[in-house]
Amino acid sequence: MNNSKLLLLGDEAIAQGAIDGGLSGIYAYPGTPSTEIMEYVQGSKQAAELNIHRQWSTNEKTAMEAAIGMSYAGKRAMVCFKHVGLNVAADAFINASITGVNGGLIVVSADDPSMHSSQNEQDSRFYGKFSMIPILEPSNQQEAYDMAYFGFELSERLNVPVLMRITTRMAHSRAGVQRREVKPQNQLHLPSDPRQFVLLPAIARKNYKKLLVSQSAMELESEKSAYNQLIPGTDKSLGIITTGIAYNYLIENYPDHKCPYTVLKVCQYPIPRKQVTDLYNDCEKLLILEEGYPIVEEMIKGFLNIGKTIHGRLDGTLPRDGELNPNIVAKALGMPVTEGQLVPNIVKNRPPSLCQGCGHRDVYEDLNEALKEYGTGRVFSDIGCYTLGALPPFNAINSCVDMGASITMAKGAADAGLVPAIAVIGDSTFTHSGMTGLLDAVIENSPITVIISDNSTTGMTGGQHSSATGRIVEICKGIGVHPDHIRVVTPLKKNHEENVKIIKEELEYNGVSVIIPQRECIQTFARRKKSEKKESNE
Amino acid sequence: MKNDIILAGVGGQGILSIAAAIGLAAVNSNLYIKQSEVHGMSQRGGDVQSHLRISDRPIASDLIPAGKADMIISVEPMEGLRYLPFLAPTGWLVTNINPFNNIPDYPAADDLLTQIKAVKNHIAIDADAIAKEAGSSKASNIVMLGAASLFLDMPFEKIEEGIRQLFGRKGDEVVQLNLKALRMGREFSERNR
Ligand SMILES: Cc1ncc(C[n+]2csc(CCOP(=O)(O)OP(=O)(O)O)c2C)c(N)n1
Ligand code: SF4
Repeated sequence: MNNSKLLLLGDEAIAQGAIDGGLSGIYAYPGTPSTEIMEYVQGSKQAAELNIHRQWSTNEKTAMEAAIGMSYAGKRAMVCFKHVGLNVAADAFINASITGVNGGLIVVSADDPSMHSSQNEQDSRFYGKFSMIPILEPSNQQEAYDMAYFGFELSERLNVPVLMRITTRMAHSRAGVQRREVKPQNQLHLPSDPRQFVLLPAIARKNYKKLLVSQSAMELESEKSAYNQLIPGTDKSLGIITTGIAYNYLIENYPDHKCPYTVLKVCQYPIPRKQVTDLYNDCEKLLILEEGYPIVEEMIKGFLNIGKTIHGRLDGTLPRDGELNPNIVAKALGMPVTEGQLVPNIVKNRPPSLCQGCGHRDVYEDLNEALKEYGTGRVFSDIGCYTLGALPPFNAINSCVDMGASITMAKGAADAGLVPAIAVIGDSTFTHSGMTGLLDAVIENSPITVIISDNSTTGMTGGQHSSATGRIVEICKGIGVHPDHIRVVTPLKKNHEENVKIIKEELEYNGVSVIIPQRECIQTFARRKKSEKKESNE
Repeated sequence: MKNDIILAGVGGQGILSIAAAIGLAAVNSNLYIKQSEVHGMSQRGGDVQSHLRISDRPIASDLIPAGKADMIISVEPMEGLRYLPFLAPTGWLVTNINPFNNIPDYPAADDLLTQIKAVKNHIAIDADAIAKEAGSSKASNIVMLGAASLFLDMPFEKIEEGIRQLFGRKGDEVVQLNLKALRMGREFSERNR
């Protein structure tokens, strides 16, 4: 092994690959397991010297759109978010396949099968297929680097964005990565057709036809791709298709990593039709191993399922949900499965909880007290550290659906007659997608109380800069909340009684109130102090 | 040569610096390495674990198969037991005996010790006390690394080199303290294996 290799997380490999591949700007909103891509670029000296744009965006849609703008201007751009972020960015994302690109554009979406830190395990490959663009799905950190490095050219060659799909284990596992020569950034240059990005129906129809025609070129790219390999085996009783990291779990089960069956390793989509056909004709049955939804399996099986037997997640050979691992794959192959000792029953769960000293704790203590006379079941919350208020000892919230939903759900419930209805939302989530909902409530003067628990950071994902910091009061005024009903408080034990009183007053008000408890996240505070100390020492 | 290691602990206890030190030692020994870790939700006082694989041949899976781990290094007594299904029958459980108690139903110390002793190959060490003796209780994870180092197929000097690299930026005093903690952990294992 070569010593000049870097030991990188999958996320970091993507970031370094993009930097070396001529990146001019990265746009992202934090979300596990994608966050470290942007963080790596932000911490990179090389990126600073190259003056690569590397600021967090307010949400995934604004990130996606800014990247399309950079592509329009001829430069190479990358967008990163977690899988549910792609839902937020979807409008821009889908339409970007119709506009096409000018500078290369890579969209990285990080899926979280088994929901280690997510509210669902949706599979981003559906979006790739939906928008009819190529998908790259690395099986190791070196491929992650290479795909980002060469991905811009693929995007420019095919005139579409390229989706890079990773999963938690790829994102958060480290391995050696060999770098390549640094490519220069593109020069600023406008699209040759000035109306390429104008999706008026007449132009969109023309662009869409082009996208349809280019499908065969995308398939050809997949057929030729070094990421897709047909690895011949001697035993023809079974043929195996793996996607992404599933290949690793397969070969882990064989000495010297040599599988007796023919294996088609797919890491670039659309799936290569010719190789799939060759494999199908060459063996008696197929087994499909994919991390995520059974997408390839469904495609190959077809609605009628009238060909050879196809095993996978759909017939129960593999679990229908959750991530794969070597043992699950061994079981599917009928191999003996190793197991250690059982977990002793004295071992108890250790759920995550709000840090001791966190301001959200005080907010919930104040709110629970204020709500005593109204009864429970009326607090709509959102996504962030404060979602842990759902657990004991607080048991304070009744919903967490998607970012921004607290305010709009409270409004809907108030419309239905649940008055007062309360929303609890974090500062970063508020600017991500709470502001528009607040406008809906203001327009109808809905009887809701919105608590924006402002800890001056994006805490849940590790304390990234929050677009909301220092702006919330002015934003609420601008949206039209009456200044008398915008109440800033400090969530500390000593203020408990006063804060309870303020919340009660606003619960009684028959209109939109916003209460803003403001106290910095103690983790972010500690990190800030540490880096300030380091700077003053230097 | 192959070492498959599960690192276990609670968010904020520093299992990732153990992983980083072993990782540096592996890279310096020209070995292949894969290390997967959990970020996000699990940082708020929840359980955290990392799979660390080192080999002289390419490594396939980022995750260690159940029943195949050569070692569990746990900086907390209950957390090591959580991953017993991963441990091979010949594998070692190397665990700190100082509990991190942030849940209402945390088990009794005696029960934990009984379960730890039920594992054929185990090292149960008071890493906090040894770290204090070495100069700082903060170094208890490095004591754990030292205790585990006896069962790693890597020269001890490579691990010392890893420690120097990891703490080099913090000055010689910190490096020396951690080297001492490392050696004291290793000596404990030598006496108690
Ligand atoms: C669409 C979407 N994007 C990103 C995430 C990941 N995520 C979960 S919570 C959160 C940030 C919450 O920050 P804030 O609202 O300020 O609350 P805090 O965690 O600081 O309390 C993010 C980015 C997500 N769940 N959904
Ligand atoms: S990280 Fe910050 S916001 Fe999250 S629980 Fe801890 S103190 Fe609270």
